[in-house]
Amino acid sequence: MAKITFVTHDGARIDTNAENGSTVMENAIRNAVPGIDAECGGACACATCHVYVDEEWTATTGEPEAMEEDMLDFAYDVRPNSRLSCQIRVSDDLDGLVVHVPERQA
Amino acid sequence: MSEIIKTDVVIIGAGPVGLFAVFELGLYDLKCHLIDILDRPGGQCAELYPEKPIYDIPAWPIISGHDLTEKLMEQIKPFAPQFHFDRMVTKLERQPDGSFHVETDEGEVFEAKVVVIAAGGGSFQPKRPPVPGIEAYEGKSVFYSVRRMEEFRDQDILIAGGGDSALDWALNLQPIARSLTVVHRRAEFRAAPDSVKKMFELVDSGSVRFELGQVSGLKGGDGQLTHATIKGAEGEIDIQVTRLLPFFGLTMKLGPIADWGLNLHENLIPVSVETFETSESGIFAIGDINTYPGKLKLILSGFHEAALMTQAAKRIVSPGERIIFQYTTSSTSLQKKLGVD
Repeated sequence: MAKITFVTHDGARIDTNAENGSTVMENAIRNAVPGIDAECGGACACATCHVYVDEEWTATTGEPEAMEEDMLDFAYDVRPNSRLSCQIRVSDDLDGLVVHVPERQA
Repeated sequence: MSEIIKTDVVIIGAGPVGLFAVFELGLYDLKCHLIDILDRPGGQCAELYPEKPIYDIPAWPIISGHDLTEKLMEQIKPFAPQFHFDRMVTKLERQPDGSFHVETDEGEVFEAKVVVIAAGGGSFQPKRPPVPGIEAYEGKSVFYSVRRMEEFRDQDILIAGGGDSALDWALNLQPIARSLTVVHRRAEFRAAPDSVKKMFELVDSGSVRFELGQVSGLKGGDGQLTHATIKGAEGEIDIQVTRLLPFFGLTMKLGPIADWGLNLHENLIPVSVETFETSESGIFAIGDINTYPGKLKLILSGFHEAALMTQAAKRIVSPGERIIFQYTTSSTSLQKKLGVD
């Protein structure tokens, strides 16, 4: 289990309890986090679950893999801490993770 | 205007559900024409996840989107469906005799007794990059595909994106351009290695300019572009640009379906759960595009809907004819249609 906080573009914080092995995107959808569209359902095929990982957590979540990096080309306002939330898998190490939802998805 | 194509059924969308509808309709001798905006069959299975595994197709513990499409194409082959790719249905109207007039953006005209909308999430359309005011330049200076290369001769071209479309067009247009710049957010490209190599050779020889960054603004007037602003790690620069080609992939939009007079609910088409007919008799909707109580967006559900829709479609195409329900396993007449007897 890990506590994951989504910070929406207007600053609202949504705390969720995420099961190990699930993806950050799935937790956003289950908790109806606004701004996460996840059009393709988690296939790393659409770039509409784009998030910014809080600077304190980028080392723990790690870098996107090649396929995810390719897909980020389609996202809006990509930054060094950009990730697709369907590609971040929850583990105990991520307890307390904070991710920021961008202004819009592509 | 081209000659009118007459058919029993026009199916809008050649994804898995549209393809399987050909099979079910074919068992009842209904001939189908399929129209799709993509250049190949498969819909989302072809465009979004060709290599990704699907685990919930009955009797296929695992199958990729590509393979599922291939298998469906093999399964419907006996019914000789006619495909019309790279086209969008723009018009759907009922004729006085009850049949339907269907038109595409390429000017084809169909006359069909029944229309089946199997359009999934809508039609795939190019993604518009988030550049303020870009709409004003679309169709004049900003294009999402190259239909006529002459539009680009002696122009200052900016190509945005890092995939095969971006690089293919950079290589094709460079010889006729006055100048050509490629802008991409990183130095890696998700394109054929050979194209990447060729592009960087042109960059080294000074024929192509490569900028690391994202287009953040456009300048010009009356639809005519004069400059583009590129935001990179070191700030913003303006470059002279008269043509912009953004290649950021495709997104799904409902498109002209909204204009056909059908009842819609949150961009989905409500249907009867008995016949999968829409609010208009003779127009059916199956697969992800429809909605009804308990609807699940599964390929599996779409297949079921295709089978039930067929019963109602057959009654419209062959009124008064007795419809005999048969099994492919035991019916010699169905086996003859499938070419397996």
